[in-house]
Amino acid sequence: MSRQLRRVSIVVVLMFIALFTSTTIIQAVQSDSLRTDGRNVRTLYASYSAQRGPILVDGQPIAQSVPSDDQYKYVRQYTNPDGMYAPITGYFTLNQGDTGIEEAMNRELTGTADENFLDRVTAIVTGQNPKGDAVELTIDPKIQQAAWDALGGQSGAVVVLDPKTGAVLAMVSKPSYDPNLLASHDTNQVIANYKQLLADPGDPLVNRAIAGDLYNPGSVFKVLMTSALIDSGRFTPDSQEPNPSALVLPGTSTAIHNSEGGDCGGGETVSLADAFRLSCNIPFAQFGRDLGNATIAKYAKAFGFGQKIDIPLPVTPSVYPITSDVDRLMLSSFGQGDDHVTPLQIAMVTAAVANGGKLMKPNLVKSVLTPDLKQRQSFSPEEFSSPISEQTASTVTQLMINNVNNGAASNARIRGVDVAGKTGTAENGEGDPYTLWFTGFAPANDPQAVIAVVVENGGGHGQSAVGNQIAAPIARNVLEAVLSE
Amino acid sequence: MTLGSDTRTPPLGSPAAGQRQTITQTIRVRLREPARMRNLELGLLVPAAAIAIGAVLLVQLGALGTTDSGMLTLVSLPPIFALVIHIALRIVARDADPFLVPIAVVLNGLGIAEIYRIDIAQKTLGWDGAGVRQIVWTLIAMAIAFAVLLVVRSHRVLQRYSYIAMAAGIVLLLLPMLPGIGQVTSGARLSIGFGPFSFQPGELAKIALAIFFAGYLVSNREPLSLMGRRVLGLRLPRARNLGPILVVWAAAMVVLVFQRDLGTSLLYFGLFLVMIYVATGKASWIVLGLVLFVGGALLASRVLGYVEGRFHAWLDAFDPSIYNATGGSYQLLQGMFGMANGGLIGSGLGQGRPQTVPLASSDYIVPSLGEELGLVGLFAILGLYLLFVSRGFRVGYSGADDFGKLLAVGLSFVVALQVFIVVGGVTRVIPLTGLTTPFLAAGGSSLTANWIIVALLLRISDTVRPPARGVAR
Repeated sequence: MSRQLRRVSIVVVLMFIALFTSTTIIQAVQSDSLRTDGRNVRTLYASYSAQRGPILVDGQPIAQSVPSDDQYKYVRQYTNPDGMYAPITGYFTLNQGDTGIEEAMNRELTGTADENFLDRVTAIVTGQNPKGDAVELTIDPKIQQAAWDALGGQSGAVVVLDPKTGAVLAMVSKPSYDPNLLASHDTNQVIANYKQLLADPGDPLVNRAIAGDLYNPGSVFKVLMTSALIDSGRFTPDSQEPNPSALVLPGTSTAIHNSEGGDCGGGETVSLADAFRLSCNIPFAQFGRDLGNATIAKYAKAFGFGQKIDIPLPVTPSVYPITSDVDRLMLSSFGQGDDHVTPLQIAMVTAAVANGGKLMKPNLVKSVLTPDLKQRQSFSPEEFSSPISEQTASTVTQLMINNVNNGAASNARIRGVDVAGKTGTAENGEGDPYTLWFTGFAPANDPQAVIAVVVENGGGHGQSAVGNQIAAPIARNVLEAVLSE
Repeated sequence: MTLGSDTRTPPLGSPAAGQRQTITQTIRVRLREPARMRNLELGLLVPAAAIAIGAVLLVQLGALGTTDSGMLTLVSLPPIFALVIHIALRIVARDADPFLVPIAVVLNGLGIAEIYRIDIAQKTLGWDGAGVRQIVWTLIAMAIAFAVLLVVRSHRVLQRYSYIAMAAGIVLLLLPMLPGIGQVTSGARLSIGFGPFSFQPGELAKIALAIFFAGYLVSNREPLSLMGRRVLGLRLPRARNLGPILVVWAAAMVVLVFQRDLGTSLLYFGLFLVMIYVATGKASWIVLGLVLFVGGALLASRVLGYVEGRFHAWLDAFDPSIYNATGGSYQLLQGMFGMANGGLIGSGLGQGRPQTVPLASSDYIVPSLGEELGLVGLFAILGLYLLFVSRGFRVGYSGADDFGKLLAVGLSFVVALQVFIVVGGVTRVIPLTGLTTPFLAAGGSSLTANWIIVALLLRISDTVRPPARGVAR
């Protein structure tokens, strides 16, 4: 019997070797790939159990993880249920996807970025739960609040940049939403809330400042056009174009008009300076035709059009059309036709003018801080491009000051300070309400802040209101808040 | 009382002289003599009890953050019962193997701790919890084992009841198929229910069948060893001796087809094959048996959807369509994910998420432990099983009589095979089948059966080492 028994013993040992092997394969060899399998809910749970870092504005949390009494240990809490910061922070759901900074800075917030490797090892050794890093934003809470208040009940967006650094000082989009609705651990409730927000005709989930449907810029595009015209060296503020009260676009039966009707300030011809100050369409259509599509496109690209920009939130690229049709070129030369922009793009154009022709890369994250608030990573200002010369910038600034002080942007004036600005009133289609714009900066001689304001639906006045009535006062309120600091 | 130099192998069937002594005499003699085996056992029981109670303490600290003295009192009862068994062994089986009880106490204790841990996660505590019920079942199982030790004073008695054991085994096997008391759990017909109680008679059947196989094979090994014609280089058994293997094969197939339970079927058939091979020394029995079983199983997998499903879930576990299918690989993968998250050293007791896997405290107790104790913990558990089985095989090598040797091998092999089928199933070595993990998994019938196996192995092993110091029994 012993011989048989020895053989059976060998079989038993082989069976156990198979088990030792299979458990080793699962728990050691393949453990990494099994851990990261999307179906491994434990990894998901664990990512919630590590305390996610807060999102800070001026040192104060606007999003933070607070203890919850369920298996996820922490729940995300947003301090502004009115949604003032929602377009920036986005939301952090259990498993329904994230947006905003929550998504763009997820690795830092969860502490899983490469920079955190040593901390993770320490956490394993000491048995502590790893904590995520804090993300400090460039937002100035006073300016953000001023922009939020100034926009009032309008649908639209406000973007404020520091032209010298590219820091985003304020970013408001309305209507907004309460991100806490989507941070609950009750997945069914979250899905129901999400569907409700999605079905809301006001599109509260859309960040209009950078990622909404693109807008027609209307006359704010003339800042870019004027910069290109002057910087090309072929035009000066005194360059003249014919001054009819209506112009039929070549090859079409469509006539274009100036916004006030009639001609542009009287006279046979009109200068670029006057066309800019009075915001006339017909002269700009002619200037654009003379400068040419390719040159304008080159400048548009240098200002950021058509480029993928992450701030680190992804910004929808703005569009300047490449066309061989003169009529489309002429329409797009005063911000109509096929020009489509984000408010951030308009602010970037103005920021380049304000910063002596040098465009700084817009950025929303100031620094990443360790859980005990030591600096781990900071983001220094980065140059995006130099679309125009300092000389051009200075000239365009003068034209923009004139536009506020003596022209179409009169409602942006601030007592005792020169404001450089440009309004816009974009047409959207037969009978559709206008899109109202303002962009500018102050003080004009030492710009502290660049602003772009967009108001949808004609500010509630259909086709009867213009940018100077609705958008310029909003910008003025925000710039006053900047200057009072 | 006679002195004998060769008390090692008393003649088969004749009780040893010592057994005629009065009990008081026996006790007096045994207390006077040093009992090395028992002292070793006592020494091992201390750390075993510490592990069993300490595991529950760690679960409480890990999952509750506090201690619960009520539960700690309850879990200290099984080690106390083990101490009672230990004292009884000093009297009724002084030379029994010293490792079996401590190993069973550790495995049983780890099982209780993990089941209790999953209770905490599922918030089913107190008498509703599987953990408390497992403790009660442990006490019942240990009491039955105690009774077996006292009643069965010599394992040779069992040989006389071989055919009764066969009848009992077959009845137990077929019981779940009786209308009225049979119950269907996750597709398999394994348990019988009386009101709130349910029991898996198949667990006990494996002991009855091991006793029958041992008795039958010891009496019939000569004719079974004779070989007939040569086919394909293999000497086949004589046709007239094929009866038993065909009967057992048929029984295994009945279990497979009607109770829809591949694991139990494989367990019984594997047990029979190993025992007939050990008894006769003819490998052709194994070849013949495997051909029969694999053929039957393949046929069944074609006919029976559930067997085919198990094979798909095994081979293509990561395929999303199989993962999402009813009866697919969801549970298997979730168990493996848990083990992977446990990694080398585990999350610590009470600090993982084993409750994520369905049946975490019964069929999936090993992945649950793997998640919280890590690869290190699973190696220790597998090592304990291997040690347990090797102690049984040791009886097979140096036992006093063929019936005892064969029975000891059968009982320990059935534990080894069951561990292989369950752990192999949850770690993708073989297709998943629904068997309980001995001592660990929640369930009273399994605990009872395995503690009876402990009692029987203790009893048989007592004959291996008679006192060598001139004091006969």
